[in-house]
Order: sequence, then C-alpha cells, then structure tokens
Amino acid sequence: MEQQDRPLSPHLQVYRPQLTSVMSISHRVCGVALSVGSLLLIYWLSAAAAGPEAFSRAQGMLGGFFGQIILFLFTYALFYHLCNGVRHLYWDSGNGLEIDAVYRTGYIVIGVSIALTLLVWILAYATGGGA
Amino acid sequence: MDLRTPIKNARGLGSAKNGVTHWWLQRVTAVALVPLVIWFAFSLASNAGGNHAEVTAWIASPLTAGLFILLIGTVFFHAQLGLQVVIEDYVHGKVAQLACLLAVKFLAFILAVTGILAVLRIALGG
Repeated sequence: MEQQDRPLSPHLQVYRPQLTSVMSISHRVCGVALSVGSLLLIYWLSAAAAGPEAFSRAQGMLGGFFGQIILFLFTYALFYHLCNGVRHLYWDSGNGLEIDAVYRTGYIVIGVSIALTLLVWILAYATGGGA
Repeated sequence: MDLRTPIKNARGLGSAKNGVTHWWLQRVTAVALVPLVIWFAFSLASNAGGNHAEVTAWIASPLTAGLFILLIGTVFFHAQLGLQVVIEDYVHGKVAQLACLLAVKFLAFILAVTGILAVLRIALGG
C-alpha cells in the first residue's frame, strides 16, 4: 500500500509541561520505580531471616549515605503514588473532574505526599531508625 | 440491525474477554494498600533501626507478621497488574510483549513468595 504524507497528530514534546500531564506520568513512573524498589524490601526481609550477619550487612548498606538517599526517594515515590492513587479513586467515583478541581487535588497530593515523607523520616530519626 | 447476540451484552466481557476484571482488581488492591502502606511506612520507620534481635522480634509478633504477609501479597499483585498495563502500552511486537509480561508476572510471584517465606521463617523461628 502506498504511504501517504498525512499530517500527524502533535507529538507529546510540543506541549508545555502542565501540572496535570506531569503528575499523570509521574504516577506511572513512581509505580514502576516502586516495583523495582520492592526488591529492597524483599532483600531486607530475607537478610533478617538469614541471620544477624546478613542483616547487619543489609542495615549497613541501606543505612549508609547512599542507601538513605535511595530510601528517601523511595518513601516519596511511595507516598506520591499512594496520594495520587487516592485521587484516582476519587476520580473513579465520577467526582473532581472539573479542571479547577483537578488542579486543586493535584496541589493537595503534592503537599500531603511531601508532608507524609517528612513525617516518616522525622519519626525514623527520632526513634533511631534513620541512624 | 444489531449483529451482536444478546448474550454478549449479558456477559459484558467486551473484546478482551475479561470485562473490567483487571481494572477492578487494580482498584480493590489499591484500596487495601492505602492502610497497609501507611502502617508499613510509619511502623518500619520506628522499628527498622534496631539490631537483629529487636527487628526480628518486631516482625515475629503475630500482628506485624500478618500485616507484612498481607502487604507483600497485595503489593506484588498490584504491581504486576500495573506493570502489565505499562508493558501493554510501551512494548510493541507480540513476542517481546509476551516475554515481558511473563517475566514480570513470574518475577512478582517469586518475590512475593520469597518475602512471605522470609516473614514466616522469622515469625516461626525456622
């Protein structure tokens, strides 16, 4: 069949990033990142099950500077995906789909996910879990 | 004239033959994960810094062990449903897509079983 030079619909990159689109793709990116990050949980649990030596190796790795940065990003991805997931469930009920409501819940999701992340890390350091 | 038989509408399973099953299970696991993940994050933050004896004692308590097992099962079930959609969207070509889907499903299952066995071993002192 002969290929025709038909006009293409605009590619994604011609659009200016907006809160709506950025939050949408972030939800998916965080979901994939969390899936990969779940390996850490299984590794940590397996190390705890294996015995004190394996466990202290795992604690050393995850509790180190680099490990803590990964865990901090993981915490944020977790709470972002959680809060934005609740936003999706709210949308599934048929509510909050007007553009101003979408922006309002978007800012709420960002605010609440940052707050929960900080709370968890304050708790971790207060109880010695972070050190 | 409608060429579809009424049973198609009665079953409501659409062209993919599974109706809203995938969508629905994604939502059910999402709802279950809201309290589980909040418990997990805060509980882990206040308990994960201990030494081996303290951490295993915490995991071994029936409530913690039970919630961990529920969390692991639900997380990996939810994750493989989500990754399936991502793969179906971005991986083109039948063979590559099928390979990715199988890899993700098998891996999710292996990780879930490994995690649950680790929790059971700690809880039952194996």
